[in-house]
This record gives sequence, C-alpha cells and structure tokens, in this order.
Amino acid sequence: MTALSALLARDLRLAVRVGGGALIGILFFTLLVTVMPFAVGPDLPQLARLGPAILWLGALLASLLALDRLLAMDHEDGTLDLILTARVPLELAVAAKALAHWLTTGLPLVIAAPLLGLLLNLEPKATAAIAVTLLAGTPALTFIGLIGAALTVALRRGGLLLAILVLPLTVPVLIFGVAAANAAIAGSVPFGTPFTILCALTLISIVIGPLAAAIALRQGLE
Amino acid sequence: MMRLMGSDLTCVRGGRQVFSGVGFTVGAGEALLVMGPNGAGKSSLLRLVAGLLRPQQGRLKLEGGDLELTIAEQAHYLGHQDALKPSLSARENLGFWTALLGGEAAKSGHALAAVGLDDLAHLPAIYLSAGQRRRLAIARLIAVERPIWLLDEPTSVLDVAAQAMLADLIRAHVAGRGLVLVASHGPIGLNGAKQLRLGQQADQGTQPS
Repeated sequence: MTALSALLARDLRLAVRVGGGALIGILFFTLLVTVMPFAVGPDLPQLARLGPAILWLGALLASLLALDRLLAMDHEDGTLDLILTARVPLELAVAAKALAHWLTTGLPLVIAAPLLGLLLNLEPKATAAIAVTLLAGTPALTFIGLIGAALTVALRRGGLLLAILVLPLTVPVLIFGVAAANAAIAGSVPFGTPFTILCALTLISIVIGPLAAAIALRQGLE
Repeated sequence: MMRLMGSDLTCVRGGRQVFSGVGFTVGAGEALLVMGPNGAGKSSLLRLVAGLLRPQQGRLKLEGGDLELTIAEQAHYLGHQDALKPSLSARENLGFWTALLGGEAAKSGHALAAVGLDDLAHLPAIYLSAGQRRRLAIARLIAVERPIWLLDEPTSVLDVAAQAMLADLIRAHVAGRGLVLVASHGPIGLNGAKQLRLGQQADQGTQPS
C-alpha cells in the first residue's frame, strides 16, 4: 500500500513541477473551446446545440494529447524497470499511475468545462449535465489510453500512433457522453439511460485497462 | 543458505542470439563478476536475472530465498539509466524509491550520507552531475535491504573515490551474506570474486579467478 501511495504521490508531484505537463491538456482544451464560437459564427442557439459535442470533443482530444506522458517518460529513464522489481503487482502500479494521470489531466478538464460553457451559450443546467458526464466519462478515456500507452511504450515519440490506437476505442465513451449530456438538456430520452452506459464503460475500462496494460508491458520485455 | 543458479541460459534479442548455454552459481557471501567485450550480453544477463527479459531457454533458480517473492522482487537492479526524475530533489527521489521498493524511510538519510550526497539532498536531480546521479542511484541499494544486487557497469561514470566507495559497499554487502552480480569491462577492485566470461568462451561457465 505504501508503495502504491508513494507512486501516486510522486506522479502528482511531478505533474505540477517544472516540465510536468499537467497544464498541456487543459490549455489545449481551453484553446479549442475558445476558438469554436469564432468558427461556428454568431448563431447562439446553434452554438448551444453544439455545446456538449464541442466540450466532449475537446476533452477527448486533450486527453489523447497528454497520454504519451503516462508511461513513456518512466520507460525512458528506467523507472519502469524498477517498478517491475517492486513488490507490488504491476496491474496495481499502472492503475495508480493512471489514477494520478487522471487527477492531473482529466479532473482539470471537468473543472474547466463549466467556465468554458459560458463561451458556448450553455444554460447552467446544461453545463452541470456536461460536467457530470465528463466526471463520469474522462476516467474511461485515461484507462483506455493506458492500454495504448503500454503498447507504444518502447517507441520513442509514439504519440501519434498512440492516438490512432486509442481513438477508436474511445468512440463509445464519446457517443454516450454526448448522448447523456443532450438527454439532460433536451430531455428526449431519460438521462439515466445513456449515463448508466457511460458509467458502465468507465467501470469496465478501469478493470480492463490496468490488466491489459500490465500484459502489454510484460510482453514488451525485450 | 541462499544460492542463485542459472543454467543453460539462452538470450535472443531482436532476432540475434546474444549468448547461449550460459550457467552460473552465486552463493550467499559471494560476488560474480560478469565480464566480456561490448555486445557479449553482460547487460542482457543481468536484465534476465532481474526479470526484465525473458530467457529463450534455460532456467534461473533461487534456493533459500523468500518463496513468496520472485527473484526480481528480492533483487536490486542498477542499470545504465539512473531512474531519477530531474524535477525532484535528491532526497525526494530516494524517498520515493525507498517507499516503492519497501524500505524504511528512516534509512534514506543514512544512505545519502553513505554516498556523500547529504549536502546536495535538497537539490533537484537535474543539477546533479552524471557521477552524482549514479551515486544517488547507488544510495537506493543501501536504503532498501535486498539480498541480491545486480549491478550493470556501476563504475562507468564514477570517479576514483566513488569507485572505491562502491567497492567498499559491495564488499560490505558480500560480507553480510549478500549476493552480487556485477557486469564490468575490467576489474573493479573485488578480490576473490568469481568470474563469468561472456563472448567467445561463453560456454566455459564459471571459473575462479
């Protein structure tokens, strides 16, 4: 337990230090959502209609952007070798790393979304619904991304390949995330239906992600 | 009595056979010097023992160890990379390793002093020289007690004084019934250590020096 909390604490500390990159995702997210009203034009109802999709798309791309920091840096400097000789299961170690990664790159997106909702002419209720769906859905993006990060860990600058590998797997999360947000806003289907599926996707990825990532890392021992 | 044995080990990397039929035995209180030219497979052998590579053939066995732990979990692996985070201070880096590898936090201050870095403990690792970084990595071996040390060319960036310090540490570990495998190009001041030559004479196996 000490080992895992040490790993979590160190990753959180690294993320906020110089060169930690905790801000990359959130800055990209802010940029993307800020320029969107300029691209869509001054049609406020249309902007509000597109709002959930824009925020979700921004969160998805921002998550992908930050993923190559999840394991690659530890691999480059040899930290991963030592994690393998620690007396903790590799599955739990990578899960702790993914949790730290979500806390530093995923959670800020959830917090920033309500502020950026103002730029997209979103009602407070709609903003709240999007924030809730992001809170439920972004862990899935990180834990699915963990698999891709483990697969591409040995490739230097494997960032784009990582995005290509991970993106198709995250499409269901995007679909049900936006569907749940729209359900809360328009009310055409009950909010619970897509939201429950979104939560299920997150729970599944939290289980599968670390297992698959550990297998990928062990296979890559060469 | 702890004994680490490898028999008939074959390692293939990137489709090339690095070595084959390598065997060795190291007992508690013994050091094994793994020697050989570049590319002979010294690093690969140590990574194999550390569980970071899978042998194509052959087996590794540890007698008298903790049965619930793998060989890797009872070993320290000191590789070419120092596994230091540049933005963390020397003390934070070591504290993290101590916690991760299951050592006592109280010991890490003593370990820093033992490698002569206690004055630089607060300095981010990015400002440390290559030799100081290696010494910080070596501090890990002292801060966390593990019976098997796997050292891959540990002296490569160390100055003469630090090489002597490392040799003293290795001797102390061996005297404390530890097992040490060192990969090196040349002698590193360990008298009476067993030698394993990789390369052309790989199949000769162990021989006393």
